[in-house]
Amino acid sequence: MTNPVNDRHPMTGNEMSGDAAGGMERHRYDVVVVGAGGAGLRAAIAAHDAGARTAIVCKSLLGKAHTVMAEGGIAAAMGNRWPEDNWEVHFRDTMRGGKMLNNWRMAQLHAQEAPERVMELEDWGALFDRTDDGLISQRDFGGHKYARLAHVGDRTGLEMIRTLQQRAVSLGIDVFMECTVTDVMLDQGDGGKVSGAFGYWRETGRFVLFETPSVILATGGIGKSFKVTSNSWEYTGDGHALAMRAGASLINMEFVQFHPTGMVWPPSVKGLLVTESVRGDGGVLKNAEGQRFMFDYIPEYFKSETADTVEEADAWYDDKKSNRRPPELLPRDEVARAINSEIKAGRGTPHGGIYLDIASRRSPEFIRKRLPSMYHQFKELADVDITAEPMEIGPTCHYVMGGVEVDADTQQSAVTGLYAVGECSGGMHGSNRLGGNSLGDLLVFGKRAGEAATAYTASLGEDRPKVDEADVKAAERSALAPFEVSDSLAQGGENPYTIQSDLQQSMNDLVGIIRTAPELERSLSEIEAFKVRAASMKVEGHRQYNPGWHLALDLRNMLVVSEAIAKAALAREESRGGHTRDDFPGPSEEWATKNLVVDLNADGTGIDLHEKPLPEMPDELKKYFEPAAAEPPAESKEGK
Amino acid sequence: MGYQLKMRVWRGDESGGDLGDYTVEVSEGEVVLDALHRVQATQAGDLAIRWNCKAGKCGSCSAEINGRPRLLCMSRLSDFEEDETITVTPLRTFPVIRDLVTDVSFNYEKARELPSFAPPPRDADNKRRMAQVDVERGQEFRKCIECFLCQNVCHVVRDHEENKPAFSGPRFFLRYAELDMHPLDTHDRRELAQGAAGLGMCNITKCCTEVCPEGIKITDNAIIPMKERVVDRKYDPLVWLGNKIGLRTKDNDGRTEV
Repeated sequence: MTNPVNDRHPMTGNEMSGDAAGGMERHRYDVVVVGAGGAGLRAAIAAHDAGARTAIVCKSLLGKAHTVMAEGGIAAAMGNRWPEDNWEVHFRDTMRGGKMLNNWRMAQLHAQEAPERVMELEDWGALFDRTDDGLISQRDFGGHKYARLAHVGDRTGLEMIRTLQQRAVSLGIDVFMECTVTDVMLDQGDGGKVSGAFGYWRETGRFVLFETPSVILATGGIGKSFKVTSNSWEYTGDGHALAMRAGASLINMEFVQFHPTGMVWPPSVKGLLVTESVRGDGGVLKNAEGQRFMFDYIPEYFKSETADTVEEADAWYDDKKSNRRPPELLPRDEVARAINSEIKAGRGTPHGGIYLDIASRRSPEFIRKRLPSMYHQFKELADVDITAEPMEIGPTCHYVMGGVEVDADTQQSAVTGLYAVGECSGGMHGSNRLGGNSLGDLLVFGKRAGEAATAYTASLGEDRPKVDEADVKAAERSALAPFEVSDSLAQGGENPYTIQSDLQQSMNDLVGIIRTAPELERSLSEIEAFKVRAASMKVEGHRQYNPGWHLALDLRNMLVVSEAIAKAALAREESRGGHTRDDFPGPSEEWATKNLVVDLNADGTGIDLHEKPLPEMPDELKKYFEPAAAEPPAESKEGK
Repeated sequence: MGYQLKMRVWRGDESGGDLGDYTVEVSEGEVVLDALHRVQATQAGDLAIRWNCKAGKCGSCSAEINGRPRLLCMSRLSDFEEDETITVTPLRTFPVIRDLVTDVSFNYEKARELPSFAPPPRDADNKRRMAQVDVERGQEFRKCIECFLCQNVCHVVRDHEENKPAFSGPRFFLRYAELDMHPLDTHDRRELAQGAAGLGMCNITKCCTEVCPEGIKITDNAIIPMKERVVDRKYDPLVWLGNKIGLRTKDNDGRTEV
């Protein structure tokens, strides 16, 4: 590879230089979905059903996307356990969980449509756990007033992705597996509308161009920018970055959810998720002194609906009408902060976590039945039997509330033809997402985006935006740049793994669960330095299945998204949901009504930031948040 | 606590390859995938490994460790002696793409051949009802993470490329059994399982069950019951006679053959 120009790899026939001619696959579709998790698959199914010629493009094999890691369930007010439950209650819980920063329309659509989306999964072969009457069972989760999560043990995500995958396969939707999209193509002569997507096959390194007027981004989150995370390697913020480069905006990027319970030991699995269902099913949090500390951390905002004694909290599991929820089931941001404080105060466990105990509260049979994969995970990876001893856990980077700013009804971004769904879209969850609301989000808005994109493509007829060949050449050159760092430069040309690992450490230390202005400022200057190092990084080998090269391309996305998070976090001078500022400890009235919007700056080298007022909720929805509607426990005692 | 682990890792592509020797620093609680990642990050940036969740939930990182089919992320180094050399090779049943990554498209082709779930209409209140005890049988099979270790170890295809067109393998027998046991499915899939999927070629050596990281009893709970269902229909003399003389049997439970 000394002279990459005009060099072809002998086996794959791939050109090793962006300057070479030809040698690229081309496809034409009505709708191209990037990502094959729950949102991507649901969007593709909807687009197909609406009549679009649809392709799914995904970085991994089909069925491996991060949705498989979702454990708890799908929040949907089906009323199977609590007939009192309905979309209004779910809507209210979602908005309050997000500290009212949610896009109200998305929260409303989600609450209204989630039940039917769950029923569809059952039509397609999903086997949910059942109630005694044979209906879909629903379990308790943090922040949800009623037991509402449709689930399959603690592997709901696997069930969901397998069901959607099998549906997509049976419909004959084309799937491009292990194929990474690196650019969204625009027709600048046609108002900057989407004209296609450009990427490469991971297996061969060969480039591929999709000519399509509609691209749906369903690429998930950004967690891989943090060292301690529950997210897999794929979570490099691709959709966030692709959208920004195409000219769309991101909102709410300062809100990153640290899940309260990730494994802390052994180091190899640090950050791995421990499902909230452990607490939903009776598990409690204790510090090293054995104290059930969550009672000390009940915020004013949730006081009226949270139990303040152990007796009431324990009684709630069986009698929800006359008792309030245990504080362990407060929304995730509250619990994560409390755990963090306990550890900082020196009451942590030997491995720097706190204890999550279900062994002393439920029978081994119950635990193995309800939490089989947690049992398996701790047994296999940590030598801990969770039916006999407590788990050691601590906060882990889990989810980004922020994402592409989209229209609530269609999920279209500011760029015509560019849609975003699931974790890579923003607004639905406000400043903090409730557990179980992600899987519902994927289904509800996946379907909406698939239908809207199909309608848009159909409206164009044969008059589609065109791909500019000069842009294709530029995309090729850009993708191959890491190979082109010459040998003389190679001494300075750094290994992408090193830069990634330094970035993860920096984000973890400086933009983590508790933030301060000086640390955020330092993080921004460190990110600038990473950008310089990344500009001259070098990869070895050739284009066939080369993880070093793949990482080098993903790293660009991680850097731009990290900068967006740090910048927004520095600007928001308050604490709310998934954004906690040590120097501004409380929520502020002024910040309660605005979003932070980030864009790529004019020369594409950094991030611009501006404030934008929240969309105003209509009066008929505002009534759910008036004090009279707050439903104090006395009301439920009357057997409402 | 930390020590220097000696590894031999297969490097190459479809044209051939060889084991490469690596020595890498490892520490307590790590798994084989951690060691390989460190090799990748510090010594061989282009070492191809397929992986995702690193928690035994996605089934991406299947390979053979000292000749045994395993998930790299669930194989703890503490199961090996510190002075033992760990040899990692790609799955043998599937063609190598590069290093530890194999072409598993066989499995995705087989998945396409399978007719999907076909339920009756919902109940009058727009819901469906099934008993927990009935869904549990299928739920065991739906724990499958599609790591394809069962496919890899199955001797019908492991060393017999020629069997692949007519044999869909344990992963898909599991799927046939799941649908067959689904309380609401309206299809009768027995003919298909026996014919197109090649269920009869399985001679229940249980290799698949042994390597399943999810502990699914593939042979006992899926393949054998499915074989019995096929036999009941095909070889039971009473059923045969009933069909022959035109007596209606209840054998198909109201299901339609696909």
